[in-house]
Amino acid sequence: MAEKIVLEIARYAPEKDEKPSFQSFEVPFRKEWVVLDALNHIKDKVDGSLTYRWSCRMGVCGSCGMMVNGEPKLTCATFLSSYGNGATVRVEPLRYFPVIRDLVTALSDFLVKLQSVKPWLIRKDEPPLSAGEFLQTPEQLDIYKQFSMCINCTLCYAACPVVGLEPTFVGPAALALAQRYNMDNRDQGAEERLGLLAHPEGIWGCTFVGECTRVCPKHVDPAGAIQQYKLKAALEWVKGFILPRGSEDQSKEVRP
Amino acid sequence: MSVQPSTEFHPRWYRAPVSTYWWMGSWRYSLFILRELTSVAVAWSVVVTLLLLRSLLKGPDAYAHFTHRMQAPWMLALNIIAFCFLLLHTITWFNLAPRAMPVRVGGKRVPEFLVAAPNYVLWVVASAAIAWFVLRKS
Amino acid sequence: MSKPSNEGFFWLLFSAGGVVAAVFIPVLLFLFGVAFPLGWLPQPSYEHLLTLARSPLARIFLFVVCSLPLFHWAHRFRFTLYDGLQVKHLNEAIFVLCYGGALVGTLLSGYLLLKI
Ligand code: SF4
Ligand code: FES
Repeated sequence: MAEKIVLEIARYAPEKDEKPSFQSFEVPFRKEWVVLDALNHIKDKVDGSLTYRWSCRMGVCGSCGMMVNGEPKLTCATFLSSYGNGATVRVEPLRYFPVIRDLVTALSDFLVKLQSVKPWLIRKDEPPLSAGEFLQTPEQLDIYKQFSMCINCTLCYAACPVVGLEPTFVGPAALALAQRYNMDNRDQGAEERLGLLAHPEGIWGCTFVGECTRVCPKHVDPAGAIQQYKLKAALEWVKGFILPRGSEDQSKEVRP
Repeated sequence: MSVQPSTEFHPRWYRAPVSTYWWMGSWRYSLFILRELTSVAVAWSVVVTLLLLRSLLKGPDAYAHFTHRMQAPWMLALNIIAFCFLLLHTITWFNLAPRAMPVRVGGKRVPEFLVAAPNYVLWVVASAAIAWFVLRKS
Repeated sequence: MSKPSNEGFFWLLFSAGGVVAAVFIPVLLFLFGVAFPLGWLPQPSYEHLLTLARSPLARIFLFVVCSLPLFHWAHRFRFTLYDGLQVKHLNEAIFVLCYGGALVGTLLSGYLLLKI
Protein backbone atom coordinates (compact mmCIF):
# COMPACT_ATOMS: atom_id res chain seq x y z
CA MET A 1 0.00 0.00 0.00
CA ALA A 2 1.34 3.40 -0.95
CA GLU A 3 2.34 5.39 2.08
CA LYS A 4 0.98 8.89 1.76
CA ILE A 5 -0.42 11.77 3.71
CA VAL A 6 -2.51 14.72 2.52
CA LEU A 7 -1.63 18.25 3.53
CA GLU A 8 -4.39 20.83 3.29
CA ILE A 9 -2.45 24.04 3.10
CA ALA A 10 -3.85 27.54 3.49
CA ARG A 11 -2.91 29.56 0.41
CA TYR A 12 -3.18 33.29 0.18
CA ALA A 13 -1.86 35.38 -2.68
CA PRO A 14 -2.40 39.02 -1.74
CA GLU A 15 -2.31 40.23 -5.34
CA LYS A 16 -5.36 38.21 -6.35
CA ASP A 17 -7.11 36.60 -3.36
CA GLU A 18 -9.77 38.16 -1.16
CA LYS A 19 -9.07 35.64 1.56
CA PRO A 20 -7.15 32.41 2.09
CA SER A 21 -8.34 29.11 0.70
CA PHE A 22 -7.12 25.56 1.15
CA GLN A 23 -5.18 23.55 -1.38
CA SER A 24 -4.52 19.83 -0.93
CA PHE A 25 -1.19 18.19 -1.64
CA GLU A 26 -0.38 14.53 -1.45
CA VAL A 27 3.05 13.81 -0.06
CA PRO A 28 4.87 10.57 0.75
CA PHE A 29 4.43 9.44 4.31
CA ARG A 30 7.89 8.96 5.76
CA LYS A 31 8.24 8.28 9.41
CA GLU A 32 11.39 10.40 9.68
CA TRP A 33 9.71 13.42 8.08
CA VAL A 34 8.43 16.40 9.99
CA VAL A 35 5.73 18.70 8.60
CA LEU A 36 8.44 21.09 7.43
CA ASP A 37 10.04 18.32 5.34
CA ALA A 38 6.70 17.74 3.65
CA LEU A 39 6.39 21.47 2.91
CA ASN A 40 9.91 21.49 1.46
CA HIS A 41 9.02 18.49 -0.65
CA ILE A 42 6.02 20.33 -2.05
CA LYS A 43 8.02 23.47 -2.72
CA ASP A 44 10.84 21.53 -4.46
CA LYS A 45 8.78 19.05 -6.43
CA VAL A 46 5.22 20.27 -6.81
CA ASP A 47 4.61 23.97 -6.41
CA GLY A 48 7.52 26.38 -6.07
CA SER A 49 5.21 29.25 -5.18
CA LEU A 50 4.36 27.87 -1.74
CA THR A 51 5.62 30.45 0.76
CA TYR A 52 6.63 29.87 4.40
CA ARG A 53 9.46 30.66 6.79
CA TRP A 54 12.03 28.34 8.23
CA SER A 55 15.71 28.26 8.96
CA CYS A 56 17.34 26.03 11.53
CA ARG A 57 15.26 22.83 11.24
CA MET A 58 16.06 22.07 14.86
CA GLY A 59 13.69 24.06 17.05
CA VAL A 60 16.05 26.92 17.74
CA CYS A 61 15.35 29.78 15.35
CA GLY A 62 11.62 29.95 16.02
CA SER A 63 10.63 30.84 12.47
CA CYS A 64 8.70 27.76 11.34
CA GLY A 65 5.65 28.11 13.59
CA MET A 66 2.30 27.25 11.96
CA MET A 67 -1.11 25.95 12.92
CA VAL A 68 -1.08 22.20 12.36
CA ASN A 69 -4.57 20.75 12.71
CA GLY A 70 -5.51 23.87 14.65
CA GLU A 71 -2.62 23.64 17.11
CA PRO A 72 0.30 26.08 17.11
CA LYS A 73 3.39 23.98 16.37
CA LEU A 74 7.00 24.28 15.29
CA THR A 75 6.72 22.43 11.99
CA CYS A 76 10.35 21.32 12.21
CA ALA A 77 9.55 19.47 15.42
CA THR A 78 6.19 17.98 14.45
CA PHE A 79 6.43 14.54 12.88
CA LEU A 80 4.06 13.33 10.19
CA SER A 81 3.96 10.03 12.04
CA SER A 82 2.05 11.63 14.90
CA TYR A 83 -0.87 12.05 12.49
CA GLY A 84 -0.57 8.60 10.95
CA ASN A 85 -0.38 7.15 7.47
CA GLY A 86 -3.16 8.34 5.17
CA ALA A 87 -4.18 11.19 7.45
CA THR A 88 -5.25 14.62 6.28
CA VAL A 89 -3.38 17.40 8.05
CA ARG A 90 -4.32 21.07 7.93
CA VAL A 91 -1.51 23.58 7.83
CA GLU A 92 -2.37 27.24 8.37
CA PRO A 93 -0.46 30.39 9.28
CA LEU A 94 -0.25 31.17 13.00
CA ARG A 95 -3.59 32.41 14.29
CA TYR A 96 -4.30 36.05 15.20
CA PHE A 97 -1.43 37.42 13.09
CA PRO A 98 -1.99 39.24 9.80
CA VAL A 99 -1.07 36.99 6.87
CA ILE A 100 1.37 38.31 4.29
CA ARG A 101 1.30 35.32 1.95
CA ASP A 102 0.40 31.64 2.32
CA LEU A 103 1.91 30.62 5.68
CA VAL A 104 3.88 33.77 6.39
CA THR A 105 2.66 36.10 9.14
CA ALA A 106 3.52 39.74 9.82
CA LEU A 107 5.63 40.10 12.94
CA SER A 108 6.17 43.85 13.22
CA ASP A 109 3.47 44.22 15.89
CA PHE A 110 5.02 41.47 18.01
CA LEU A 111 8.47 42.99 17.70
CA VAL A 112 7.26 46.39 18.89
CA LYS A 113 5.57 44.76 21.89
CA LEU A 114 8.72 42.81 22.64
CA GLN A 115 10.76 45.97 22.65
CA SER A 116 8.21 47.82 24.77
CA VAL A 117 8.99 45.67 27.83
CA LYS A 118 12.67 46.70 27.75
CA PRO A 119 14.07 43.19 27.62
CA TRP A 120 17.62 44.05 28.53
CA LEU A 121 19.56 44.65 31.73
CA ILE A 122 18.71 48.05 33.14
CA ARG A 123 21.21 49.49 35.59
CA LYS A 124 20.89 52.57 37.72
CA ASP A 125 24.60 52.63 38.25
CA GLU A 126 26.92 51.45 35.53
CA PRO A 127 30.12 50.27 37.19
CA PRO A 128 33.27 50.77 35.12
CA LEU A 129 34.55 47.85 33.10
CA SER A 130 37.58 47.65 35.36
CA ALA A 131 35.26 46.65 38.22
CA GLY A 132 34.92 43.31 36.49
CA GLU A 133 31.91 41.22 35.58
CA PHE A 134 28.64 40.91 37.49
CA LEU A 135 28.73 37.72 39.47
CA GLN A 136 25.79 35.38 39.58
CA THR A 137 25.41 32.11 41.46
CA PRO A 138 23.79 29.05 39.90
CA GLU A 139 20.79 29.59 42.24
CA GLN A 140 20.39 33.16 41.02
CA LEU A 141 20.55 31.95 37.44
CA ASP A 142 18.03 29.22 38.13
CA ILE A 143 15.42 31.73 39.25
CA TYR A 144 14.97 33.25 35.78
CA LYS A 145 16.54 30.66 33.51
CA GLN A 146 13.28 29.04 32.48
CA PHE A 147 11.94 32.37 31.22
CA SER A 148 15.11 33.06 29.24
CA MET A 149 14.68 30.04 26.96
CA CYS A 150 12.22 31.82 24.66
CA ILE A 151 12.99 31.64 20.93
CA ASN A 152 10.33 34.19 19.91
CA CYS A 153 8.43 31.65 17.85
CA THR A 154 5.11 33.38 18.69
CA LEU A 155 3.28 30.07 19.15
CA CYS A 156 2.04 31.37 22.48
CA TYR A 157 0.43 34.38 20.78
CA ALA A 158 -1.37 32.06 18.39
CA ALA A 159 -2.64 30.08 21.39
CA CYS A 160 -3.87 33.03 23.43
CA PRO A 161 -7.49 34.14 22.96
CA VAL A 162 -6.77 37.47 24.66
CA VAL A 163 -4.23 38.26 21.92
CA GLY A 164 -6.98 37.69 19.36
CA LEU A 165 -9.61 39.68 21.22
CA GLU A 166 -7.37 42.52 22.36
CA PRO A 167 -4.86 43.43 19.67
CA THR A 168 -3.09 45.83 22.05
CA PHE A 169 -2.44 43.15 24.68
CA VAL A 170 1.34 42.89 25.13
CA GLY A 171 1.10 39.10 25.13
CA PRO A 172 2.70 36.06 26.75
CA ALA A 173 6.26 35.91 25.38
CA ALA A 174 6.96 39.62 25.89
CA LEU A 175 5.59 39.59 29.46
CA ALA A 176 7.55 36.44 30.30
CA LEU A 177 10.67 38.10 28.98
CA ALA A 178 10.01 41.16 31.12
CA GLN A 179 9.78 38.85 34.11
CA ARG A 180 13.00 37.15 33.04
CA TYR A 181 14.82 40.47 33.46
CA ASN A 182 12.92 41.43 36.60
CA MET A 183 14.14 38.26 38.28
CA ASP A 184 17.72 38.65 37.15
CA ASN A 185 19.76 39.88 40.13
CA ARG A 186 21.94 42.01 37.83
CA ASP A 187 18.93 44.00 36.67
CA GLN A 188 17.58 47.13 38.37
CA GLY A 189 14.75 47.96 36.01
CA ALA A 190 11.87 46.11 37.70
CA GLU A 191 10.24 49.32 38.85
CA GLU A 192 10.49 50.92 35.44
CA ARG A 193 9.00 47.85 33.75
CA LEU A 194 6.23 47.62 36.30
CA GLY A 195 5.14 51.10 35.29
CA LEU A 196 5.05 49.93 31.69
CA LEU A 197 3.28 46.63 32.28
CA ALA A 198 0.91 46.97 35.23
CA HIS A 199 -1.91 48.22 33.04
CA PRO A 200 -4.97 46.61 31.43
CA GLU A 201 -3.10 45.84 28.22
CA GLY A 202 -0.15 44.44 30.11
CA ILE A 203 -0.33 41.85 32.87
CA TRP A 204 -3.91 42.72 33.88
CA GLY A 205 -5.19 41.79 30.45
CA CYS A 206 -4.25 38.16 31.07
CA THR A 207 -7.02 35.86 32.32
CA PHE A 208 -4.77 32.85 32.92
CA VAL A 209 -6.13 30.72 30.12
CA GLY A 210 -2.83 28.89 30.31
CA GLU A 211 -2.71 27.86 26.65
CA CYS A 212 0.54 29.76 26.05
CA THR A 213 2.35 27.53 28.51
CA ARG A 214 0.90 24.38 27.01
CA VAL A 215 2.01 25.14 23.45
CA CYS A 216 5.43 26.60 24.25
CA PRO A 217 8.08 24.35 22.69
CA LYS A 218 10.72 25.65 25.10
CA HIS A 219 8.75 25.16 28.36
CA VAL A 220 8.96 28.84 29.17
CA ASP A 221 5.63 28.92 31.11
CA PRO A 222 4.59 32.46 30.18
CA ALA A 223 1.31 32.00 32.08
CA GLY A 224 3.18 31.30 35.31
CA ALA A 225 5.48 34.25 34.69
CA ILE A 226 2.52 36.59 34.25
CA GLN A 227 0.70 35.39 37.39
CA GLN A 228 3.87 35.84 39.42
CA TYR A 229 4.19 39.28 37.93
CA LYS A 230 0.59 40.08 38.92
CA LEU A 231 1.22 39.06 42.50
CA LYS A 232 4.27 41.27 42.64
CA ALA A 233 2.43 44.21 41.05
CA ALA A 234 -0.46 43.82 43.49
CA LEU A 235 1.88 43.79 46.45
CA GLU A 236 3.61 46.88 45.06
CA TRP A 237 0.18 48.48 44.89
CA VAL A 238 -0.39 47.73 48.58
CA LYS A 239 3.03 49.15 49.37
CA GLY A 240 2.25 52.27 47.36
CA PHE A 241 -1.05 52.56 49.21
CA ILE A 242 0.59 52.41 52.62
CA LEU A 243 3.54 54.58 51.61
CA PRO A 244 2.01 56.99 49.07
CA ARG A 245 5.39 58.49 48.29
CA GLY A 246 6.57 55.42 46.47
CA SER A 247 3.45 55.29 44.36
CA GLU A 248 3.95 58.87 43.23
CA ASP A 249 7.31 58.05 41.73
CA GLN A 250 5.72 55.10 40.05
CA SER A 251 2.93 57.03 38.40
CA LYS A 252 5.51 59.40 37.00
CA GLU A 253 7.13 56.51 35.30
CA VAL A 254 3.88 55.20 33.97
CA ARG A 255 3.48 57.99 31.49
CA PRO A 256 6.85 59.43 30.68
CA MET B 1 1.19 53.76 28.73
CA SER B 2 -0.49 51.74 26.12
CA VAL B 3 1.08 49.77 23.34
CA GLN B 4 -0.47 50.80 20.09
CA PRO B 5 -1.09 48.09 17.56
CA SER B 6 1.88 48.86 15.43
CA THR B 7 1.32 46.62 12.47
CA GLU B 8 0.98 49.31 9.89
CA PHE B 9 -2.14 49.00 7.84
CA HIS B 10 -1.34 47.02 4.79
CA PRO B 11 -4.20 46.60 2.35
CA ARG B 12 -2.90 43.28 1.11
CA TRP B 13 -2.43 41.55 4.42
CA TYR B 14 -5.20 39.23 5.40
CA ARG B 15 -6.62 39.54 8.90
CA ALA B 16 -8.89 36.75 10.06
CA PRO B 17 -11.73 38.06 12.23
CA VAL B 18 -12.13 36.50 15.69
CA SER B 19 -15.48 34.76 15.98
CA THR B 20 -17.80 35.65 18.85
CA TYR B 21 -17.93 31.91 19.48
CA TRP B 22 -14.16 31.51 19.72
CA TRP B 23 -14.58 29.66 23.03
CA MET B 24 -16.32 26.83 21.21
CA GLY B 25 -13.35 26.49 18.85
CA SER B 26 -11.54 23.95 21.00
CA TRP B 27 -12.48 21.98 24.07
CA ARG B 28 -9.65 23.64 25.94
CA TYR B 29 -11.13 27.05 25.34
CA SER B 30 -14.53 25.71 26.37
CA LEU B 31 -13.08 24.33 29.57
CA PHE B 32 -11.52 27.70 30.23
CA ILE B 33 -14.88 29.43 29.89
CA LEU B 34 -16.48 26.82 32.16
CA ARG B 35 -13.75 27.50 34.69
CA GLU B 36 -14.50 31.21 34.53
CA LEU B 37 -18.21 30.54 34.86
CA THR B 38 -17.65 28.71 38.13
CA SER B 39 -17.69 32.20 39.57
CA VAL B 40 -21.42 32.31 38.90
CA ALA B 41 -21.88 29.20 41.06
CA VAL B 42 -19.79 30.89 43.74
CA ALA B 43 -22.00 33.96 43.66
CA TRP B 44 -25.11 31.76 43.72
CA SER B 45 -23.84 29.93 46.80
CA VAL B 46 -23.41 33.26 48.55
CA VAL B 47 -27.00 34.12 47.63
CA VAL B 48 -28.19 30.83 49.16
CA THR B 49 -26.19 31.60 52.30
CA LEU B 50 -27.72 35.07 52.49
CA LEU B 51 -31.21 33.58 52.11
CA LEU B 52 -30.44 31.18 54.95
CA LEU B 53 -29.20 34.00 57.16
CA ARG B 54 -32.26 36.07 56.39
CA SER B 55 -34.54 33.20 57.35
CA LEU B 56 -32.63 32.74 60.59
CA LEU B 57 -33.07 36.43 61.33
CA LYS B 58 -36.80 36.34 60.60
CA GLY B 59 -37.68 33.36 62.78
CA PRO B 60 -38.60 29.65 62.73
CA ASP B 61 -41.37 30.04 60.16
CA ALA B 62 -39.05 31.72 57.70
CA TYR B 63 -36.50 28.98 58.30
CA ALA B 64 -39.09 26.31 57.58
CA HIS B 65 -39.99 28.19 54.44
CA PHE B 66 -36.32 28.27 53.44
CA THR B 67 -35.84 24.53 53.92
CA HIS B 68 -39.02 23.90 51.98
CA ARG B 69 -37.87 26.12 49.14
CA MET B 70 -34.55 24.27 48.93
CA GLN B 71 -36.48 21.04 48.31
CA ALA B 72 -38.17 22.30 45.15
CA PRO B 73 -36.97 20.13 42.25
CA TRP B 74 -35.69 23.02 40.16
CA MET B 75 -33.85 24.42 43.16
CA LEU B 76 -32.27 21.05 43.85
CA ALA B 77 -31.22 20.66 40.24
CA LEU B 78 -29.73 24.15 40.27
CA ASN B 79 -27.81 23.45 43.45
CA ILE B 80 -26.45 20.14 42.22
CA ILE B 81 -25.19 21.80 39.04
CA ALA B 82 -23.76 24.67 41.05
CA PHE B 83 -22.03 22.20 43.35
CA CYS B 84 -20.32 20.54 40.39
CA PHE B 85 -19.09 23.94 39.27
CA LEU B 86 -17.81 24.63 42.77
CA LEU B 87 -15.77 21.44 42.64
CA LEU B 88 -14.37 22.53 39.28
CA HIS B 89 -13.41 25.84 40.84
CA THR B 90 -11.71 24.24 43.82
CA ILE B 91 -9.74 21.78 41.71
CA THR B 92 -8.62 24.28 39.08
CA TRP B 93 -7.81 26.86 41.73
CA PHE B 94 -5.65 24.51 43.78
CA ASN B 95 -3.90 23.16 40.72
CA LEU B 96 -3.11 26.54 39.20
CA ALA B 97 -2.06 28.32 42.39
CA PRO B 98 1.46 26.80 42.53
CA ARG B 99 2.15 28.26 39.07
CA ALA B 100 1.40 31.75 40.33
CA MET B 101 3.32 31.23 43.55
CA PRO B 102 6.32 29.02 42.95
CA VAL B 103 7.84 27.64 46.13
CA ARG B 104 11.59 27.25 46.30
CA VAL B 105 13.43 25.22 48.88
CA GLY B 106 17.20 25.34 48.86
CA GLY B 107 17.20 27.12 45.52
CA LYS B 108 15.19 24.37 43.82
CA ARG B 109 11.60 24.69 42.80
CA VAL B 110 9.25 22.36 44.67
CA PRO B 111 7.17 20.22 42.27
CA GLU B 112 3.71 21.67 41.72
CA PHE B 113 1.74 18.72 43.04
CA LEU B 114 3.60 18.94 46.33
CA VAL B 115 2.61 22.60 46.63
CA ALA B 116 -0.99 21.80 45.73
CA ALA B 117 -1.36 18.82 48.08
CA PRO B 118 -1.57 20.78 51.36
CA ASN B 119 -4.41 22.81 49.84
CA TYR B 120 -6.47 19.66 49.41
CA VAL B 121 -5.72 18.60 52.97
CA LEU B 122 -6.78 22.01 54.22
CA TRP B 123 -9.94 21.76 52.13
CA VAL B 124 -10.95 18.40 53.59
CA VAL B 125 -10.20 19.44 57.15
CA ALA B 126 -12.06 22.75 56.84
CA SER B 127 -15.07 21.07 55.24
CA ALA B 128 -15.20 18.42 57.94
CA ALA B 129 -14.95 21.07 60.67
CA ILE B 130 -17.78 23.13 59.21
CA ALA B 131 -19.96 20.06 58.77
CA TRP B 132 -19.26 19.05 62.36
CA PHE B 133 -20.31 22.46 63.69
CA VAL B 134 -23.50 22.44 61.65
CA LEU B 135 -24.49 18.84 62.41
CA ARG B 136 -23.45 18.72 66.05
CA LYS B 137 -26.26 18.01 68.49
CA SER B 138 -25.86 20.58 71.21
CA MET C 1 -8.09 54.10 30.73
CA SER C 2 -8.26 53.07 34.36
CA LYS C 3 -5.19 53.68 36.46
CA PRO C 4 -2.73 50.82 36.49
CA SER C 5 -2.67 50.45 40.25
CA ASN C 6 -6.39 49.81 40.74
CA GLU C 7 -6.37 46.56 38.84
CA GLY C 8 -3.89 45.27 41.40
CA PHE C 9 -6.38 45.94 44.16
CA PHE C 10 -9.22 44.17 42.38
CA TRP C 11 -6.95 41.29 41.57
CA LEU C 12 -6.05 40.87 45.24
CA LEU C 13 -9.75 40.75 46.12
CA PHE C 14 -10.28 38.27 43.32
CA SER C 15 -7.50 36.02 44.57
CA ALA C 16 -8.48 36.17 48.21
CA GLY C 17 -12.07 35.45 47.24
CA GLY C 18 -10.93 32.57 45.07
CA VAL C 19 -9.18 30.93 48.00
CA VAL C 20 -12.13 31.39 50.35
CA ALA C 21 -14.53 30.10 47.71
CA ALA C 22 -12.35 27.07 46.98
CA VAL C 23 -11.92 26.03 50.61
CA PHE C 24 -15.19 26.92 52.36
CA ILE C 25 -18.05 27.24 49.92
CA PRO C 26 -18.43 23.72 48.49
CA VAL C 27 -19.29 22.22 51.87
CA LEU C 28 -21.85 24.93 52.62
CA LEU C 29 -23.72 24.46 49.36
CA PHE C 30 -23.42 20.71 49.67
CA LEU C 31 -25.03 20.71 53.12
CA PHE C 32 -27.78 23.27 52.64
CA GLY C 33 -28.42 22.89 48.93
CA VAL C 34 -28.01 19.16 48.38
CA ALA C 35 -27.62 16.94 51.46
CA PHE C 36 -30.37 18.40 53.68
CA PRO C 37 -33.02 18.81 50.97
CA LEU C 38 -32.38 15.24 49.78
CA GLY C 39 -32.54 13.96 53.35
CA TRP C 40 -29.05 12.49 53.21
CA LEU C 41 -28.29 14.24 56.47
CA PRO C 42 -30.70 15.42 59.17
CA GLN C 43 -31.72 19.07 58.78
CA PRO C 44 -30.37 21.00 61.79
CA SER C 45 -32.93 22.74 63.95
CA TYR C 46 -33.64 26.45 63.83
CA GLU C 47 -32.39 27.01 67.37
CA HIS C 48 -29.15 25.19 66.76
CA LEU C 49 -28.32 27.18 63.64
CA LEU C 50 -29.28 30.46 65.27
CA THR C 51 -27.01 29.90 68.26
CA LEU C 52 -24.28 28.85 65.90
CA ALA C 53 -24.65 31.91 63.67
CA ARG C 54 -24.66 34.19 66.70
CA SER C 55 -21.27 33.16 67.95
CA PRO C 56 -18.68 35.85 67.19
CA LEU C 57 -16.39 33.50 65.32
CA ALA C 58 -19.20 32.30 63.08
CA ARG C 59 -20.20 35.88 62.31
CA ILE C 60 -16.71 36.76 61.18
CA PHE C 61 -16.46 33.53 59.21
CA LEU C 62 -19.80 34.07 57.50
CA PHE C 63 -18.95 37.65 56.67
CA VAL C 64 -15.71 36.58 55.00
CA VAL C 65 -17.48 33.77 53.17
CA CYS C 66 -20.16 36.11 51.85
CA SER C 67 -18.04 39.13 50.93
CA LEU C 68 -14.75 38.07 49.36
CA PRO C 69 -16.18 35.41 47.04
CA LEU C 70 -18.55 38.01 45.63
CA PHE C 71 -15.56 40.11 44.61
CA HIS C 72 -14.03 36.99 43.16
CA TRP C 73 -17.18 36.59 41.08
CA ALA C 74 -17.18 40.25 40.05
CA HIS C 75 -13.67 40.03 38.64
CA ARG C 76 -14.10 36.79 36.76
CA PHE C 77 -17.53 37.55 35.47
CA ARG C 78 -16.42 40.94 34.22
CA PHE C 79 -13.64 39.40 32.15
CA THR C 80 -15.84 36.57 30.93
CA LEU C 81 -18.32 39.11 29.63
CA TYR C 82 -15.59 41.15 27.97
CA ASP C 83 -13.99 38.19 26.27
CA GLY C 84 -16.83 35.76 25.78
CA LEU C 85 -19.33 38.22 24.36
CA GLN C 86 -16.86 40.79 23.06
CA VAL C 87 -18.84 43.65 24.52
CA LYS C 88 -15.96 45.96 25.20
CA HIS C 89 -18.03 49.06 24.58
CA LEU C 90 -20.13 48.21 27.66
CA ASN C 91 -16.98 48.22 29.74
CA GLU C 92 -18.09 50.70 32.36
CA ALA C 93 -21.62 49.36 32.69
CA ILE C 94 -20.30 45.84 33.29
CA PHE C 95 -17.82 47.11 35.82
CA VAL C 96 -20.51 48.93 37.79
CA LEU C 97 -22.86 45.96 37.58
CA CYS C 98 -20.30 43.43 38.83
CA TYR C 99 -18.68 45.39 41.62
CA GLY C 100 -21.94 47.09 42.54
CA GLY C 101 -23.50 43.66 42.96
CA ALA C 102 -20.60 42.47 45.08
CA LEU C 103 -20.82 45.56 47.25
CA VAL C 104 -24.57 45.21 47.78
CA GLY C 105 -24.14 41.56 48.76
CA THR C 106 -21.37 42.44 51.17
CA LEU C 107 -23.40 45.17 52.85
CA LEU C 108 -26.39 42.85 53.04
CA SER C 109 -24.38 40.12 54.72
CA GLY C 110 -22.95 42.66 57.16
CA TYR C 111 -26.44 43.85 58.03
CA LEU C 112 -27.84 40.35 58.47
CA LEU C 113 -24.94 39.22 60.61
CA LEU C 114 -25.18 42.27 62.88
CA LYS C 115 -28.91 41.87 63.39
CA ILE C 116 -29.06 38.13 63.77
S1 SF4 D 1 7.32 31.86 25.18
FE1 SF4 D 1 7.50 29.86 24.17
S2 SF4 D 1 5.81 29.85 22.67
FE2 SF4 D 1 6.11 31.97 23.30
S3 SF4 D 1 7.49 32.84 21.76
FE3 SF4 D 1 8.77 32.11 23.47
S4 SF4 D 1 9.38 30.03 22.92
FE4 SF4 D 1 7.64 30.59 21.58
S1 FES E 1 13.04 25.89 11.54
FE1 FES E 1 14.01 26.88 13.24
S2 FES E 1 12.59 26.43 14.85
FE2 FES E 1 11.79 25.29 13.20
